[in-house]
Amino acid sequence: MEKLKRIQGSIVSIPVNDIDTDQIIPARFLKVTDKEGLGKAAFCDWRYEEDGETPNPDFVLNKPEYQRASVLVAGNNFGCGSSREHAPWALLGTGFKAVISTEFADIFRNNALKNGLLPIVVDADTQQQLFSLAEEDPSTSVSVDVEAQTLTLPDGREVGFPLDGFSKYCLLNGVDQLGYLLALDDEAQSYEARNPQRVVTTA
Amino acid sequence: MTQNGRPRTLFEKVWNTHIVREQSDDTPAVLYIDLHLVHEVTSPQAFSMLRERGLTVRRPDQTIGTMDHSTPTTPRNELGIIPVADAMAAKQLDTFTKNCSDYGIPMYALGDEHQGIVHVIGPEKGLTQPGMTIVCGDSHTSTHGAFGALAFGIGTSEVGHVLATQTLLQNKPRTMAVNVDGRLGEGVTAKDIILAIISRIGIGGGTGHVFEYRGEAIRGLSMEGRMTVCNMSIEGGARAGMVAPDDTTFEYIHGRQHAPSGADWDAAIANWRRLPTDGGAVFDKEITLRADELIPMITYGTNPGMGMPIDAAVPTPEEETDFNKKTALDKALAYMDLRPGQKLLGKAIDVVFIGSCTNSRISDLRQAAQFIQGRKVAGSVRMMVVPGSQQVKKQAESEGLDRIFREAGAEWREAGCSMCIAMNGDQLQPGQYAVSTSNRNFEGRQGKGGRTFLASPLTAVASAVAGAVTDPRAMLAGLS
Repeated sequence: MEKLKRIQGSIVSIPVNDIDTDQIIPARFLKVTDKEGLGKAAFCDWRYEEDGETPNPDFVLNKPEYQRASVLVAGNNFGCGSSREHAPWALLGTGFKAVISTEFADIFRNNALKNGLLPIVVDADTQQQLFSLAEEDPSTSVSVDVEAQTLTLPDGREVGFPLDGFSKYCLLNGVDQLGYLLALDDEAQSYEARNPQRVVTTA
Repeated sequence: MTQNGRPRTLFEKVWNTHIVREQSDDTPAVLYIDLHLVHEVTSPQAFSMLRERGLTVRRPDQTIGTMDHSTPTTPRNELGIIPVADAMAAKQLDTFTKNCSDYGIPMYALGDEHQGIVHVIGPEKGLTQPGMTIVCGDSHTSTHGAFGALAFGIGTSEVGHVLATQTLLQNKPRTMAVNVDGRLGEGVTAKDIILAIISRIGIGGGTGHVFEYRGEAIRGLSMEGRMTVCNMSIEGGARAGMVAPDDTTFEYIHGRQHAPSGADWDAAIANWRRLPTDGGAVFDKEITLRADELIPMITYGTNPGMGMPIDAAVPTPEEETDFNKKTALDKALAYMDLRPGQKLLGKAIDVVFIGSCTNSRISDLRQAAQFIQGRKVAGSVRMMVVPGSQQVKKQAESEGLDRIFREAGAEWREAGCSMCIAMNGDQLQPGQYAVSTSNRNFEGRQGKGGRTFLASPLTAVASAVAGAVTDPRAMLAGLS
């Protein structure tokens, strides 16, 4: 995972509540054995016409003025539904570095953080302001400081957002969480010594 | 049973006994995982990561694999093999076989007598037991909470973490008591309970929480009914839902392949009886529903929170004061091609799907078969019945249920996730309406452009017979 300290980028909004992981990446694209090529399938059924290939000109991500956007502003409860990590892989693959919403589904948030895609929780007023700004001026840009946990709006207003200390450490240093768990091998062994195995699948 | 005098919830008891390292200001808790279920779709990249880093699977003896998500449910060929026509799916299945074989993980391949939906086979084999921690790269892992286990879905990175270390980093969730008091009426089932709960709290209502389902109606459910309820916890935003273990739980587990036996059984029961929430334990949130006020439920929109009593009218966006919610409702009704104020009763349908980790167990199939016996699926409707596992299929066939479904005009298929996730060719055509016993009605979930009404197996059968959305109670009354 690459270090993620700052994000400076233009925004694009999909002001729809409860965008589920089946919209972010439909299940028929989950037959892959790697993480490559999912970006072009992100929001596939909204993004392309019936043939699945021709861009739908009305969908915001296809509009030329939003092609460079790297921060997605979405309706409430983004990423609900399945546990597929293909959702953050697809969003990263299509160029997003952060998603802003009032709330994220738990599994999506966990998956996003493990891949360096930053979920930014803001209040409803800030969300509405960003929706308006994105619509009025596609060049609207925001900046994010991961260390300070702040989102800076075009008018200079700084908005704080929550980020647990461990995820923050991993993002800032570009390390994944597995290394931490591997280093706790002694503690896992000690747990196993104290607690009898519950089921033996190989029996 | 309290510790330090403070009453504790079922969730807290299971959580506390699985702490490898306590949560701190800087780090989440490290939890020990008793059982890890893996399947073909969310595991390949995790195994690749193990290979890249030269790691091994720490506890293959606490891991089990099955093929379910992308597997065909079409009939076996003359060699008894279920052919996989989709090259990508075939490659993914081959990769899974190799991964499980390389790392010594027991795995049930397509067509094996124990293969099936991962959340059906865990309980079926007695692997799912009270007080355990269970994870899987699938959000419906919440199903196993019906046994008083703490069970939740994880992403592929976390699948890798558990494969490599048998532990998982977790921030402690909050708790929410979901009380369902009173008794269910005739024709009202576990599925209607959970659809009612989700329509009440909304699809994000349980985010950050673990549910504990409580009350007379929950106690009165079979294990399979409790699994149906816990299965859809994630549809209310909660990663896990739990039910306190009781005699119903113990009777279900007793004698299964991986259940404790002899003196171990008595010791296990004694431990399990200490798990239920102590009197006076406090939940962070609490809601209460009256089971006796419920009628069969159905969804009208494009997420499971958009549900209503089957005789109600589709809501009117103009009456929604919250702008975001109004937009969502407008969008949902446009996708579903429904009018505000329209009743769903009598709405013509094209497909009925009975199956999925929500409603594909033997009791679901018995109930559906009993209801459809002597009736016919309407000529305009395609009805598919997909058993949750090969064992469910075998049991159903030994009871002649397959014959009843076939005689009624329904398709009887091989086991798997099938049209719930529509990865395997079992899917709706654009514009089609389905009454489905599965768990998600998201846009395109059951096939691009397909429209899903989620409901119970009884409502599904009644609707298949009538060719339109139908209240099963009307037909049950006619029966008696």
